[in-house]
Amino acid sequence: MLAAVGVDSLQEIFERQIPEGVRLNRELELPAGLPEQDVYEHLRALAARNTSAEDELSFLGAGMYDHYVPALIDMLTERSEFLTPYTPYQPEISQGGLQVMFEYQTAISELTGLPVSNASAYEGPSAVAAAGYLAKLHNGKAKLVVSAGMHPHSIETLRTNAHGYGMEVVEVPLRDGVTDPDAWAQAIDEDTSAAIFAQPNFYGAVEDGAALSAAAKAIAGEPQDGSSAGDPARVRASGPVVIAQVDPIALGVLKAPGECGVDVAVGEGQPLGNRLDFGGPSFGLFAAREEYLRRMPGRIAGETLDVDGRRGFVLTLQTREQHIRREKATSNICTAQALNALAGVVYLTWLGRRGIVELGELLLARTHYARETLSAIEGVEKLHEQPVIREFALRLDADVAAVRRRCAAEGVNPGVDLEALTGRETDRGGLLVAVTEKRSRADIDRLADVLAQAVAAERKATVAVYPMAGHR
Amino acid sequence: MAQASYPDELLYHPEHDWARIDAADPALATLGITWYAQDALGEVVFFDPPAVGTTLAKDASYAEVESVKAVSDVIAPLSGEIVEVNEALSENSAMINEDPYGEGWLVKVRLSEPSERDSLMDAATYRATLAG
Repeated sequence: MLAAVGVDSLQEIFERQIPEGVRLNRELELPAGLPEQDVYEHLRALAARNTSAEDELSFLGAGMYDHYVPALIDMLTERSEFLTPYTPYQPEISQGGLQVMFEYQTAISELTGLPVSNASAYEGPSAVAAAGYLAKLHNGKAKLVVSAGMHPHSIETLRTNAHGYGMEVVEVPLRDGVTDPDAWAQAIDEDTSAAIFAQPNFYGAVEDGAALSAAAKAIAGEPQDGSSAGDPARVRASGPVVIAQVDPIALGVLKAPGECGVDVAVGEGQPLGNRLDFGGPSFGLFAAREEYLRRMPGRIAGETLDVDGRRGFVLTLQTREQHIRREKATSNICTAQALNALAGVVYLTWLGRRGIVELGELLLARTHYARETLSAIEGVEKLHEQPVIREFALRLDADVAAVRRRCAAEGVNPGVDLEALTGRETDRGGLLVAVTEKRSRADIDRLADVLAQAVAAERKATVAVYPMAGHR
Repeated sequence: MAQASYPDELLYHPEHDWARIDAADPALATLGITWYAQDALGEVVFFDPPAVGTTLAKDASYAEVESVKAVSDVIAPLSGEIVEVNEALSENSAMINEDPYGEGWLVKVRLSEPSERDSLMDAATYRATLAG
C-alpha cells in the first residue's frame, strides 16, 4: 500500500499531510500497556469505588428513582431481537419492533391523556428542550416562560437549546413551594411561545396544573378584538403552548395532563422499569395534542392492515427526522432509547391500570409518613407545606454536606443536597428526600434516627464555634 | 392526473414551479408546482403553507411540501406578498397530485416585481428542459 501511494513509511504520510506546527512530535503520555488480567483487576478496583443504591439505604431522587424492576423486564429486553438491532431504516421488516413502539405510544397516550405519543425521546431534559422547539415551530414566537419548579437540568438544557434557535427563557419564581401564580400570569404575554411547568415540581410539590394552564391560555389565547372568532385554528395558534414535565409514576394518582389543559407532556422515563444505572441511559416521553402531530420530534408507529387484511405495524410519521427531511432535519432521534422504552412499556403492562394507581397510593402513604417523621426532628423542618406524592423538601438547621457525610458513614444516603444541585441561595439547608416502594417504614425510621443524630451533631459543632469566637 | 401536462397559459420556473398571471390584474399571480414536480415527489401527504402577508423572494423557498418520500422546499418563481393560501390543502393535500394546476394551487401573490415574469419559461421551453 505504501508503494502504491508513493511513500516509504506511514510516518511520511503524516509528515506530508499534517503541518509541522500542529504536530505533537512526541509520544502521548499514556501508561505502558498491561496484560489483560491486570487490566481486569484495575477496572474491578475502579468499579468497587462506586456505591450502588442497593449497597446503602438510599433516599436519592431528584428526577431518577430507585423503583423495583421486575425480572420480567430483563427477560424481555435481553432477547436479541430487541437488544441488538440498530435503528430500523427498513422499519416494516421489523414488525416486532414497530409493535413495541405502537404499544408504548398507546400506554403513554393513556397515561398522559393526550392523543399522540412519539416512540420516545432520549431522556427527560432533552424532551423538554424539544418541546420548546416544537412551540417555536408551531407559533413562531420567541419567549419561553419556565417555572423555577422545573428540574434545574431541564432548565439548563432548555436554555442551551433556546440559545441555538434564537429564543429567550424567562424563569418564574416559586412561592410557598409552587409556581407563583401572579408572577406566572405576569410573565406570559403575547410574545410567549410556550409556558412550561413541572408536575410534581422539583421540590416534590404538586402544582395546580389546571390553573397554570388556564392562566397561560387566558392571557394570550383569546382573540382580543373578536377578529379570530369562529376560527379555532387561529385562536390556538395565537396562545402559548402549555408544556408540562411530568413524572409518569405520579400520573397514577394525579389528573392526566391532557385533562388539565396541557398541550404537550414530556418527562423522564427512567422510573418506568429502568434502573438508576449510575444516571443512564434512560428515555424521554413525549405526548401531545393532535394539532402538534407534524411538529413532533422522533418517530410515530402506526397500526394498519396488510393486503390480506391482517394486523400490521408501520412507521407512520417522522416529519422532522433526517431520513425524511434530509439536510433540513430538526430532530435526530433514530436508534434512540427504544430498548429503554421497551422496558417502560413492559413495566406499565406489568403494573396494569390498577397497579399504577396502587403504587401511587403506596408512595403517597409512605412519603407522608416520612415527611411527618423527619420534620418532627429537632432542627429539621418542611421546606414547603404543599401536598407531595413521592418526594419532599426539608430544611436542615445544619450544613447539609456535613450531615450527608455523617449519614453516609452509617450507610444511609438521606437525599439530595438542594443548594449543591440548584446553586440557589434560597435552597441553603435544603434536603430533597425521595421514597419508593423499596423503602419500608423500618427504613424510614432508620433514616429518621440517623438523620436526627447527624443534624444534632452538626448543630452542636456549629454552636460550639460561636462561644469560641466570643472569647477572642 | 396520470398524464404529463404543461398548460400553455402558464409560466414556468426551472425548480418546477408554475405561475398564472391574473388576466385582469398583471400584478396578481397564482403559484403551484408542476406535474413533473408532483410526479417526482410521489403522494403528497402534507402542505405546510406560509402565512398570508409573508414576503416571497424569487428563487427562494417559501413553503414545504411533504410526500411519502421526502420533505421538499417550494421555490418562488416570482417575488411578492402572499394574499391568499389554499386552505383546502390542509384537509386534502392530494389535490396537489390530482390537479396540480387547478384545485392543487398553493398561494396567490401580489407581485412586487411584475417584470420578473420575463425571466420565466413558457410551456414549450419548460417541456424541452424536461426532455433533456
